[in-house]
Amino acid sequence: MVQNFTLGRREAVKALLADRKDLLVVTGLGSASYDVFDAGEHPGNFYLWGAMGGAGMVGLGLALAQPKRPVAVITGDGEQLMGIGSLLTIATKIPGNLTIVILDNGHFGETGMQVSHSGLGAQLDVIATGAGFRSVTEITDIKGVNDYRPTLQRIDAGPRLARIRIATGHVDRALPPRDGVFLKNRFRENLGFAVT
Amino acid sequence: MNDAAVRDDAKDDTQAGQSWPLQIYKTLKAHGVSQISYVPDAGHSRLIELSHADPAIQTTVLTTEEEGVALSAGAWLGGDRSVLLMQSSGVGNCVNMFSLAASCRLPFLTLVTMRGEWAEFNPWQIPMGKATQQAFEIMGVTVFRLDRPEDAEEMISAACSLAFEGDQQIAVLISQRMLGRKKWTETK
Repeated sequence: MVQNFTLGRREAVKALLADRKDLLVVTGLGSASYDVFDAGEHPGNFYLWGAMGGAGMVGLGLALAQPKRPVAVITGDGEQLMGIGSLLTIATKIPGNLTIVILDNGHFGETGMQVSHSGLGAQLDVIATGAGFRSVTEITDIKGVNDYRPTLQRIDAGPRLARIRIATGHVDRALPPRDGVFLKNRFRENLGFAVT
Repeated sequence: MNDAAVRDDAKDDTQAGQSWPLQIYKTLKAHGVSQISYVPDAGHSRLIELSHADPAIQTTVLTTEEEGVALSAGAWLGGDRSVLLMQSSGVGNCVNMFSLAASCRLPFLTLVTMRGEWAEFNPWQIPMGKATQQAFEIMGVTVFRLDRPEDAEEMISAACSLAFEGDQQIAVLISQRMLGRKKWTETK
């Protein structure tokens, strides 16, 4: 069952977020937050440092509140597995502007690289299809990431899920701000809401 | 739902004790709530119907209650006010997710119908029912208790102000005595 994927996570996320325009990004805790920060700090990024399993639902609440802005949730397989039911909840709302990107290395990278359910054979793309996602894409190389990038700008025909199969190799930590109040205020201010 | 529909609903509620879900709905509307999420409960069924019937409210059914805590966070980030409806049995599911609201000092409002306290027939409901208030309080959520239907409007209004203007996490527990004994067969 163990498959070897060679796509580097930093390279993949950097390519995904190149020329991001109006894209709003919510990240799942752990490496996904580091990857997005490493790709370029942006006030339209909201990094989760906890709330495991909640990234997709934060993305849904945001996508429903901001239907004219594209929203991407970038998270890991372990984080999404903890909130696997949220894929069903997201699908019922048919948020056209929401894309869930799962950086899937088949492991719990933050806690010692234990093999995850995905690594043991669970097919997150099939689960998303079964949940009712309107678009599901499996990506295994940088060409696939580059081809997918314009899709993140769409505000219709979602929800979409992209499962990006990444390598398990070590990457250095790149730590985004972790003060939640700062991240909240920065994010809202970027959308035009006054900090009161 | 338009105003005429609201008035029709009000007309149906000739008994004051039955109109509290409508009072809650109107109060949430008055405070600008535009997203409601829920795990169903019989005690919330009227409010859930009103929410679904209102095109100005995004109504989301959840698979588990902590999804609603995260949804409320995302809604606020995007400029929306959101409320989570659940039964007391679901409060324990939310405990770790409450750290999201605490860490980011996010407005959070949940309305919780109680089980396991007044005339409860199901012993399995009692442990979580007894622990509901503490489960909120250990995570820093302020708890109000709604015991009388006539207090609904004022209490929900106060809770909305504290949550959405005071950046607090608020739970309103709707007492089982007020909801009445569970009926095995529900009639419309």
